Amino acid sequence: MLTPDRFVSTTCPYCGVGCALELHLKKDFIYKVTSPFDSVVNQGNLCVKGRFGYDFIYHPKRITAPLIRKSPQFPGTRSQAFDLQEWLQVSWDEALDYTADRLVEIYSRDGSNAMAAFLCAKATNEDNYLLQKLFRTLFRTNNIDHCTRLCHAGSVVALQQAIGSSAMSNTAAEVIFNDVFIVTGSNTTENHPIIALQMKAAIERHSAKMIVIDPRRLELVDFAELWLPLKPGTNVPVFSAMARVIIDEELVNESFIRDRTEGYPEYIRSLEKFTPEFAEAVSGVDRELIRKAARLYAQAERGAIYWGMGISQLSHGTASALAVIHLAFLTGHIGRLGTGLNPLRGQNNVQGASDMGSMPFHFPGYMRVDEPSNAEKWEETWHIERGGLNRNLGLTTTEIISKAHPGGVRALYIMGENPMMSEPNLNMTREHMRQLEFLVAQDLFINESGAFADVFLPATSWAEKDGTFTNTDRRVQRVRQALLPRGQSRPDWKIIIDLAQRIELRLGIENSRRWEYHHPAEILVEVGSVVPDYAGVTYQRIEKTGLQTPVWNELHPGTPFLFEDSFPRGKGKFHPLEFIPAVELPDNEYPFILSTGRVLEHWHGGTMTRHSQLDVLYPEAEMAIHPVDAEMVGVQDGNAARVISRRGKIVLRAKVTERTMPGVVFISFHFAEAAANLLTIDALDPQARIPEYKVCAVQVFPARMEDLPNPGTTMMRGRR
Amino acid sequence: MHNLINLTIDGNEVTVSEGTTILQAAESLGIDIPTICYHEACSANALCRMCVVEVEGWRVLAASCVVQVSPGMVVFTNSPRVIHSRRTILEMLAASVDLSEAPAIQAMIVQHSASLDRFPESVRRDPPLIDDNPMYVRDYAKCVLCWRCVQVCADDAQYTYAINLSGRGFETLVGTFYEKSIPQTTCVFCGQCIGVCPTNALKPKREWLMENGQSIEEIVKVTRSGSRQSKAV
Repeated sequence: MLTPDRFVSTTCPYCGVGCALELHLKKDFIYKVTSPFDSVVNQGNLCVKGRFGYDFIYHPKRITAPLIRKSPQFPGTRSQAFDLQEWLQVSWDEALDYTADRLVEIYSRDGSNAMAAFLCAKATNEDNYLLQKLFRTLFRTNNIDHCTRLCHAGSVVALQQAIGSSAMSNTAAEVIFNDVFIVTGSNTTENHPIIALQMKAAIERHSAKMIVIDPRRLELVDFAELWLPLKPGTNVPVFSAMARVIIDEELVNESFIRDRTEGYPEYIRSLEKFTPEFAEAVSGVDRELIRKAARLYAQAERGAIYWGMGISQLSHGTASALAVIHLAFLTGHIGRLGTGLNPLRGQNNVQGASDMGSMPFHFPGYMRVDEPSNAEKWEETWHIERGGLNRNLGLTTTEIISKAHPGGVRALYIMGENPMMSEPNLNMTREHMRQLEFLVAQDLFINESGAFADVFLPATSWAEKDGTFTNTDRRVQRVRQALLPRGQSRPDWKIIIDLAQRIELRLGIENSRRWEYHHPAEILVEVGSVVPDYAGVTYQRIEKTGLQTPVWNELHPGTPFLFEDSFPRGKGKFHPLEFIPAVELPDNEYPFILSTGRVLEHWHGGTMTRHSQLDVLYPEAEMAIHPVDAEMVGVQDGNAARVISRRGKIVLRAKVTERTMPGVVFISFHFAEAAANLLTIDALDPQARIPEYKVCAVQVFPARMEDLPNPGTTMMRGRR
Repeated sequence: MHNLINLTIDGNEVTVSEGTTILQAAESLGIDIPTICYHEACSANALCRMCVVEVEGWRVLAASCVVQVSPGMVVFTNSPRVIHSRRTILEMLAASVDLSEAPAIQAMIVQHSASLDRFPESVRRDPPLIDDNPMYVRDYAKCVLCWRCVQVCADDAQYTYAINLSGRGFETLVGTFYEKSIPQTTCVFCGQCIGVCPTNALKPKREWLMENGQSIEEIVKVTRSGSRQSKAV
């Protein structure tokens, strides 16, 4: 029996739930993870990733010394180097000097528009705050974005337009206070496992009723009162038809609409076409189911809506999220305990990275960059001359990549992201990446994107640094250093400070006190001095339990649910909607819809989980296909299938299952060797710039088993 | 508003709300009743009987983790009958189960002066350790059948129902349906079961390998297939 040398309390680095972890350590090895049973977020429960998925820290392929590419890379011929033979191990001084030299050279020659950075929803608030500060103050650019663009941008823009705030309105654990709740576009069981447990407890122990609106027959459907299986991309007609039923049957909350919303008359007129019959025709959902769902939600005492990427990852993701938001406006199911509009945020710190201004349109605290009074505030804080900060909206992730050509973005700094896995239409992404003049990767492993880099800066994992993450329900929680950095790796915030000081020197700016931080706690104080939501968040106050933003001052207790009396924009705004179908619908040539998503055992581009024991549990890519379709195309369960879109093709194992609907195949995007994003389309939502990951057209054919990327690798699993 | 109930525990009067268990009422007085199967995160089932107390006027001892208080109840948590019963439970457990990694139960054995060889003729339950999945091992020789793992796998937390009790009487063990290996059950490897196991019968494979003297490098290698091939995408 092992006796631990010590325990370290910290926060899980995987999803947005933000579970409390207790690391059990012996000889600097995390041999076990438990969670305190009194933890407010997860009550002692964890999922497979939180319980077991941290051995990537010790993986022999982890990069723990700075590297520079041996052969110089040039635009157009830039190549991927996975083999350490192609890299030269250098000192930190050498790597940072080289990085500063190249960045400053390009900035001095081509200016702000040539510079861009991908920040990171896995890194801490402090890491993100510093890197956006570096690019905004030293390179005067707003070309700063992170993967929120690829996941909830549609929801964020819609919530900003309708309410003026884009976070989850209520606390996830409040689901037990719902009497009716809708889960839509979210496979909560696999992507927010602990929230799914709370949903099930709400149903089994607290008599709540759940309505699942999703193309897939998710595990949650086993617990649902109603399941509305809609075709991918038909959210607007289905939710608008529900709205129409609520209005036609006089189930609206009139006083809420009168006192708290605007634009209702125009909105009603726009619903003319959205009859349940019309919605049935385009979505395939029985009109009676739409009516039943509308009545159940509208007649609830405390109704809530939880949603995921199925709402936002569409070329009309913003409209789709607005259609969802309208239901809460009509019924007044917002602003009270156990109600709300709850976009389930994916990454451990996507809420925090967004709060920290890791976005092209906003300074920290969602202050628009094109609003001069905001810029002036930050100029003062950052000791920048009046008018010095860039007031033009920057480029989004997908735009940064697509503009990586001469005359556009020349230098890209990637902290912990993997666009070569996560961007749509990877064959095109690769061509863009090759056009870069200089690429910095700051990560744990040489992943598919880092392999293109000129210089690799080895960062530490979450277990080797201090900081904070802000979870999906706005709770700022501590991340604690449990281990010394492996090898020569360094925490991201320290790397950024070292680099910023070098860049300042080269730009002839006097090395100022503004890049001197001795601990991440000091960085959070700087954030709170300008961002009102974080004004009362200090490391001392979140020592045991995190605080939910907004925290207006040092005595403020935090905010479990938002919008009790008003919305940030004043009144909630209805937006008349049109039904715009997905850009690429199936046809005779490409007869299936491909939807992409995630599985329980893996995390996004796989940099962490595919270097973990988790990869043994779920070792290869699968395509879920309905038995009817499988028979039609001659693909058998467990055999190889070739999937082809107009942009790319992959071979992977077929899983014949009724969990997907006829006409729709589902593939997760974790596996580089069968990368789903080779197939996806780079069509963007016009407002949110989020790609349409949930709908593109593909062909499916049987393939030979020897064409599988890892034919011998499989794991027989009983889990559904 | 719950009705309030007055009762006496070990001579101390206490007022608690209706529905409170004797265990909780004693806790509010600072009286510690030993428990084995009881866990704050699980439904109480009164399986181990370690928490029994004597209630004046009752013919049998009451399992305090499930029996709710009633007005005027007079409870003794440390009477000779209670101590005798607890000692016997501990002696039977010690005779049949490997308690070497259950320090809390070992402490109870010392505290209750339980004899480790009270039942010299007894047979130990000694099933082989099961190492059938990449994440954790199951050593049911150490299992006291507290049922917590089964409960958290089911309605107390995970709603997954991968494991249950199999066999009867002495042959009772926690197992899977049709004795499938863990990966072939509905198990999602959340490890809730490991989190509540009181005797280290369930432990992460990494912990088990480290106990067996493997180096960190060896452990990382054994628990990972290394199947990821970073590849040009």
